[in-house]
This record gives sequence, structure tokens and C-alpha cells, in this order.
Amino acid sequence: MKRIYVNEKWCLGCHLCEYYCAFANSGKDSMVKALKNVTINPRIRIEEHGGISFAVSCRHCEEPICTKSCITGALTVNDGVIQIDKDKCVGCYTCILTCPYGAIVPSDTGAIQKCELCINNSSGKPACVAGCPNKAIVFEEKE
Amino acid sequence: MSKYVIIGNSAAAIGCVEGIRQIDKKGDITLIASEPHHTYSRPLISYLLYGKTDEQRMKYRPNDFYKKNKVTKKLGETVVSIDKKNKTVTLKSGEVIGYEKLMVATGSNPFIPPMEGLDSVKNKFTFMTLDDAKALEKAISKNTRVLIVGAGLIGLKCVEGILDRVASVDVVDLANRVLPSILDETGSELVKKFLEKKGVRFYLNDSVEKFDKNKAILKSGKSVGYDVVVIAVGVRPNISLIKDIGGKCQRAIITNNKCETSIKDIYAAGDCTESIDCASGEYKVMALLPNAYMQGETAGINMAGGTKLYDNAILMNAIGFFGYHMITAGDYVGETYESLDGENYKKLFYKDNRLMGFIMIGDVMRAGIYTSLIKNKTDLNTIDFELIKEKPQLMAFSKKKRSEFLAK
Amino acid sequence: MAIDFLYPEYEIKRDRDKCICCRVCERQCANEAHWYDPELQMMMCDSAKCVNCHRCVALCPTRALKIVKTDHTFKENANWTGEHIAEIYRQAGTGGVLLSSMGNPKKYPIYWDKMLINASQVTNPPIDPLREPMETKVFLGAKPGKVEFNSKGEIKNNLPPQLKLEVPIMFSAMSYGSISYNAHESLARAARELGTFYNTGEGGLHEDFYKYGANTIVQVASGRFGVHKDYLNAGAAIEIKMGQGAKPGIGGHLPGIKVREDISRTRMIPEGSDAISPAPHHDIYSIEDLRQLVYSLKEASDYKKPVIVKIAAVHNVAAIASGIARGGADIIAIDGYRGGTGAAPTRIRDNVGIPIELALAAVDQRLREEGIRNNVSIVVGGSIRSSADVVKAIALGADAVYIATSALMALGCHLCRSCQKGNCNWGIATQRPELVRRLNPDIGYKRLVNLVTAWNHEIKEIMGGMGINSIESLRGNRLMLRGIGLTEKELSILGIKHAGE
Repeated sequence: MKRIYVNEKWCLGCHLCEYYCAFANSGKDSMVKALKNVTINPRIRIEEHGGISFAVSCRHCEEPICTKSCITGALTVNDGVIQIDKDKCVGCYTCILTCPYGAIVPSDTGAIQKCELCINNSSGKPACVAGCPNKAIVFEEKE
Repeated sequence: MSKYVIIGNSAAAIGCVEGIRQIDKKGDITLIASEPHHTYSRPLISYLLYGKTDEQRMKYRPNDFYKKNKVTKKLGETVVSIDKKNKTVTLKSGEVIGYEKLMVATGSNPFIPPMEGLDSVKNKFTFMTLDDAKALEKAISKNTRVLIVGAGLIGLKCVEGILDRVASVDVVDLANRVLPSILDETGSELVKKFLEKKGVRFYLNDSVEKFDKNKAILKSGKSVGYDVVVIAVGVRPNISLIKDIGGKCQRAIITNNKCETSIKDIYAAGDCTESIDCASGEYKVMALLPNAYMQGETAGINMAGGTKLYDNAILMNAIGFFGYHMITAGDYVGETYESLDGENYKKLFYKDNRLMGFIMIGDVMRAGIYTSLIKNKTDLNTIDFELIKEKPQLMAFSKKKRSEFLAK
Repeated sequence: MAIDFLYPEYEIKRDRDKCICCRVCERQCANEAHWYDPELQMMMCDSAKCVNCHRCVALCPTRALKIVKTDHTFKENANWTGEHIAEIYRQAGTGGVLLSSMGNPKKYPIYWDKMLINASQVTNPPIDPLREPMETKVFLGAKPGKVEFNSKGEIKNNLPPQLKLEVPIMFSAMSYGSISYNAHESLARAARELGTFYNTGEGGLHEDFYKYGANTIVQVASGRFGVHKDYLNAGAAIEIKMGQGAKPGIGGHLPGIKVREDISRTRMIPEGSDAISPAPHHDIYSIEDLRQLVYSLKEASDYKKPVIVKIAAVHNVAAIASGIARGGADIIAIDGYRGGTGAAPTRIRDNVGIPIELALAAVDQRLREEGIRNNVSIVVGGSIRSSADVVKAIALGADAVYIATSALMALGCHLCRSCQKGNCNWGIATQRPELVRRLNPDIGYKRLVNLVTAWNHEIKEIMGGMGINSIESLRGNRLMLRGIGLTEKELSILGIKHAGE
């Protein structure tokens, strides 16, 4: 399955992935409209410290502990992509308790949100990958 | 005769079905449960009252779950006994069903301690099942005064569910603080203060001496008026089916890392079991939905002839009230690191170069990174502990580890 | 702060309606020209810090930024231009030599743009490169004057070592130090994929890049940095750098701050020490001395590798080239005055040397006249901007061209001409690790390959139009060129006729 891989060697810490993610999931047709005067809450997040930076988003684990832990059944795996049914999610944060990557974050509505590889938004393919200026984030099949 | 018989219909039972179906796509599965409902998530009953979900959305699996997984369901029926020799179960109706592999996922029941005058209380409820929640919902209105006995997870979740829908909520607990099973004193105090600000009144270090008509007299002498009482002092695992046939039990049914009971071909999972807590190495009841599911799944895989071990369970919890969240896990032993900033509180417990447990209140972002440190027994010498103390972050791991996490 | 009399030459223009305060401009500007003001909740900027490198412009996700030349001006004066005035202010303030980088930006004539290429009509019909073979392969090196036989009557292999280029374009010398590790890796990988060569420059060869040796030209300059036997044998050819088009007559200077661990090891000099290349090679004061070095290097490399001598295009370039050809060099590289550099005194860069077009024509003519043209190949560089420039250079007599500025642009260089500051926002002319990281060679090498491949396509198209199917047939074929707007003298130096003739 095609997954997002992050190579910190090439990460510039520019945070553009976060903005492209927030835009792609905003449902708006322009980034200005979507993000002007907005504090973004993206599904991919940069960690930085001491000159090192890298993006973290859902790894779409083969044995996802989040879906097994989900108390509502809102987190499911569909064709390898872990998806969240925000309507079902009550925001109990059990997935935040269990995700070893810290890749699941609260959304603005109280439900949680996570990377769904942009399959359900206007981007159609991972916007963070397309927006990364240095190929630090790639979307590819490995092995 | 059914190849697999599952007693129960909650997370452990569903995990078992899904575990079996990973290996065995065809073998008959019969699922028997006392509750007549489609599988639903019990922890959601408070959210149901709070209005965050409804009966349709709280279904734990989609409507076609049983059909898709070829499960014969017998809902609203209760297993009264197991014949381990002949490998059958007997239902209340008298029906006898044979099994090759049996899953006992009977969960637990609310414990109701003897309290003077409780019998005379007309509107008293427990808070465990969908039916409990619906009954409670019927009994309350904007004018209702509710007395909740128990300031534990269930009691306080009930508070959240009903607070905005009733006139007042009073909580009594024998313990001197709220959520003593998951929080330390500082944490308890934060949560208590938060809930008090919301209008909840606590009577801690206290208990109901006697229920009068619409008034509870407490040990301390205080009296609390009520219209409705909710008893949430604790639960008792349902172990009788196994205990009756000589299966090994302590507080709950003892299971090994394959989720087998001491009786051949009988497995157990969920709140009715005890298993090894990998943080402490001791047998514990780790009653939490994720654990139940994963136990059930493990059992299912093993029942169907696969191999899977359930060997990294820990005590853990994610809970929140009115948007004030807390996540806790592991054992609260060893040295500690604490930070308190307004309503955000964090405490880490570490011993022998391992993270043993943690409490996070308020800011719970990325808590799972801490959880995995406990579960994986990560040697703290291999990570940057200063960074981990500051916040859960992958940056604390070695470059090689980070690459394993993110680039492979 | 003392007043410096200077108003920024370029201004950062931000479209406030479009700016979403993502702060990518701030994070990506090594010159710290942008910052976020939390009180105003606005991005702010200081145009005085801007070098006009367009990093922020390129990365701004809402295209809210542009850099414009200021309309602030001194009182009009055709003699005392704003540039002169500002430079006087600057020098009066610092007392120092003005430093610049990249090539001479002044308005001197560009002869490439005053030459037009021929095409076939009716007779000697054009060739369609998509349908018929078209050869752009070039062999560089001395060609034997005659066929020789041994005593048995068999043909003797008297062919001196050659460089085989799949395209008539090489990447010219840029040292590791002046450009980054990732820039070097990009060039090396691109050269290998393209079947051509890149050049180490005078900074030695990083141990990681020995594996690209078959596509590497190793340079020996006056500082002899990083030169040892393995180095000389690591590449496919050895280049002696006598001069550089951007700064003829002076040496190089890599400030100690750029001499970090890797560079120190590669250059074989202490960490933090300034790497100063002397203006002359201290062992070369004559053609005879040069010949000694040429043969020392040939000896060290077992006569298996061609030796290139690179000089800057200066006034008597033709005579010098003749000497070099007689000195035993296999290839002469000539660098015109528009050639780039990582740092040069502005006055030198802008006023010393001559255009490569004239130098090339003069050298080719001279070597032909002396009957030694086949003893050497000629490679020219110093602002080859397009495939048309390549075609014109070859028609004027070059065997191949060197490109560097164009290559750096493919890697992201925006010609801000601030390399000397070491803060290259594109990760090219810098050694700051967080900036070097911005150039991912996986992207960089591909862009270089794309550029050269595109040029090669165009070269084939142009050749096809002329009815020429091999680059060998184009070399020195000055009949294919016509001058436009040139004087008799210029035409005569270039050896071409005027358009219409």
C-alpha cells in the first residue's frame, strides 16, 4: 500500500505541510479563504528541536491499535487507510491514549481528526506531499 | 452445535468475532447475550445522555455486522451454565448449544452495597447499560435533584451525562478524592475543582448513612435532598459461569496470554477477566474497552487455530468531563516528574530506567507516545528523557528509531 | 545605529489580503528579512536585509509576496548613477573592497545575441532529428595528426586519452566549499546520468564522491587544496586552473567560517582556517613551467588521463592558448568575463577580462593558423545561457562548453549574487547545515538532467535545421553564423560575415 514516509534529512521545518493539510481539509477553494486569520489545526505536525525537524502524521499501521481501541467504532480501516467517522466519534480520546506516534489530534468540533491521505477531500492525494518543497514527505509504495 | 460459541456482545465478544474471522472465514459462530440490543458501546451511555451520540451512532459495529461475519445471534438470551465435559452451554430457555471453542465475555455488573433505606428509594439506578441510561433519562427533568453515590469513572461520567439536564447533582464517595483509581491527589483536586465550578457538589470522605424519603443522611451528619439516586460505587466481574465449573478465578476469571481460562477450549476476555499487567507483572482486572477488544481478538485468533499473544496490556484510561480531558496509564510507582500549569497537569512515574506510568490532565496531546514507552518497556537511557519530560514527542527517540517510525 | 545613507535596492511587497501569516517566509529567510509580530498579528519585513533571492516568494503558498526594484532614487544623473553613489557610500562606511559574486552583470555587449544561426532551404535539406540519427557525442583530447604503423604494418594506437561526452556540455568547476555538499552530489549524479562530467573545482574531492570518478574532472589550482595522488587518479581528467573568468589575475578566498569539518578534511587544511589560493601558481612563471606541471600530473596519472588547462579570457588569450597547446595540455578551457564565482572583488569582476565569444574566436583562429588546433580540444564557459549559445560556441570553434551558472539556476539559484555571504537560501552556496539541507539532490540532479537533456534536444533541432547531423560537423563551422549589428572589426575577430552577406 502507498504510504506517507518522512525523511527528516530533508525536512526544512518550513511547516508548509501543515498549511497544505489544513487547506486541503478545509473544504474551501482557496488557501486565503481557508486560512486567513485562522489558527490551523492540521493532521500533520512538525516536530522540531536542535536543528532537526520532521513531520508526523498517521502511519496507517498494519495492526492499528487506535481502531482496536476506539470505543465507538468510529475509527475503521478501509483498504489500508485508517479513517475516522467524525459523526460517530464522541471525542473520548482513547485513540490519543493509544497511538504510539501521537498522530491523532482533537479536531475543532470535539471529535478527533487524523490523516486520511486526503482521499476524502478536495486534494484527492496527500496535500502535504504535494506541498513539501524538498521531498521530505513522500507518498510511495515500499517493499 | 456451533463451532464457536461466544457469550457476550460487547467489545470483547466483537473482538472475538473479528479475531476468529481473520483466520476462519466459515466456521459457525453463535453469539449469545442477555441484552437484546445490537452491539453497542457501553462507555457511550453517558455521551448518549449528554447528547453527543444517539442510539444509532452508538452502535459499536454497523447494522450488517452479524450478517457480514456470519454470526448466529441469540440476543436477549442468557447462558445459565456450561458443561465443560460435553462442551455445551445451556440457556435460560433450556436450549443446549454445543461448542468446540467457547468465549466467555460476560463483563461485569454494578455492585450495590447494602445501604439503609435504599430499598425505599423509588428512583434508583445503576449506570452500566443502555437500558440503565434510558431508564435514568426517563426519570430526570430540569427539576430533578440527583444524588450519585460514587465519584469514580462511572459516577463522574454519569455526572457529565446529566448535569445540564437536571436541577442539581450531588456526589458522595467514601474516598477522600475523586477518581482515586486513576488520579493522584493533585489530579483529583484539579478535576474536583473543575466539576465544582460546573456546579457539582461533592461530599467526600463521606457515605450515605441512610436514605430517607427524598433525603439522604450522610455519615458526617449532612443531609442531601434528592429525587433520583445513581449507585456507581463499583462493579463485580461476572465470573459465575466459570467459577461454577471449577475454572480458576480470583476477583475475576484468570486468563493466560492466549486468553484461555484454566479450562480447556474455554476462553475469556474483557471486564470479567484478570490478566497480566505488563507494567507491574501482576494479574489485574484491566477493565477498559480497548483491552477488552484486544483480548477478545487475541482469543478469537487462538480459538480459530491462529497464534496471537495478549502480552502487553496495561492499566490505562482516557476520560474527560465537559471538554476537560485526562489520560492516564501504567503503574504509579517510582520516581516522579511533575508539572502543573493552570489546569494542565502532568506527572510521570519512572523506575529502573523505565517509564512506569503517567497522568496527564488538560493537555493530553500525544499521550500515546508515553503509553507506548510503558508498553514497550523502553529503556529510558535510549531516549532523551529531558525531551520526553517536556512533552510526548518522537524527537526524544534516536535518529534510527525515528527513521523506523516514520521512514519505513 | 549609524546612518549608512543606503536605501534598499529592492523592496519586499506583501499583499496583506493574501498573507495568511504561515511564516514560511520568516522560517526560510536566512537573512532574517521577515518576522511575525504577535501584537499586530502581521508579518513584518526589513527590505534592507533582503538579497532578492526569491526563496520566500517561491515558497509563499498564497503568492502574497513579490520583490520589486525600488522606485526610490537619487536625483537623475547619467554619470553618477545610483549604483556608483551607493557603492561610494558603502566603501566610505567600511573602508573595504567591495565583494560580489556570480558573473559580471554590467551592460557590456553580449556577442551571442549578435550572432544568428543559419538554416537550410532547398539545397542541403534540413534533417528531422526525430526521424534520423543526430550525433551530439564529443571526444575531448588531443587528436593524432597522422596514422602510424608498427613494424608489422599494423596501425599503432597513438590516440592520447580522451573524454567521451554524450552531450557537448559539462559542468564547470565549483569547489566543495564554495558550493554545498548537496550541490556537488546533484552535479555528480547528473553528470553520471547524462554521460558527461562535473568538475571538483579547487576544493578537493569529498570522500563520498569518489564513486562518481568516471564522470569527474579533478582540478588542481594554485592553493593545491585537497590534491594528492588518489585524488589525481580519482577522476577522468585533471584540470589545472590558471585563472577564472570572474576574477582573472587573482586567487580564491574561502573564509575560515566555511571551512567546517568535512571541508577541512577534503581540502586538507585545518578547520576554521582561511583557504587562500594565491593569484599565481608559485611554480609557474612561464609556459615551460606550466608544461612541467602538465607532465607531472600526466606522470602521476600514468598518462591515462587528459590534462586540461583552464584560463580566464584576457587580452592576449590567443597567444597564451597557443603556449598551452604547445605545453602539452590535451584540452584548453577558456572562461569568459561573465563567468560566475562564489566571491570576487566587484571591481575585478566587472572590469577585468574579455567576452568569451571574442576569446574563443581568437583562440580557435590562432591555433588553426599555427596548425595545432587538433593538438587540443577547446572548452568554453563564462555565461552559456541556452542551447543557442552552445550551438554558436561550437560553430565559433569550441569542442564543448562548460556551464555552471545555468546549472546552479537549475538547482534553484536566483542570481541574487550574494554567495559571498554564505547564507544561500537555496542551499547551494552555503555550508550552514540547515541551509544545505534545502537542496535535496534527488530533486536537484533530476533538474540538472532535465535542463541538459532539454538543451540537447534543442541543439539537435538547430543542427537539423542547418542540415548537420553531427556536432563534429558544426565545430568551427563559422559559415553557419552571421553577425547582426556588429562592426567590421568585431566581425573580423569573430571570423563571421554580417547578416545579409
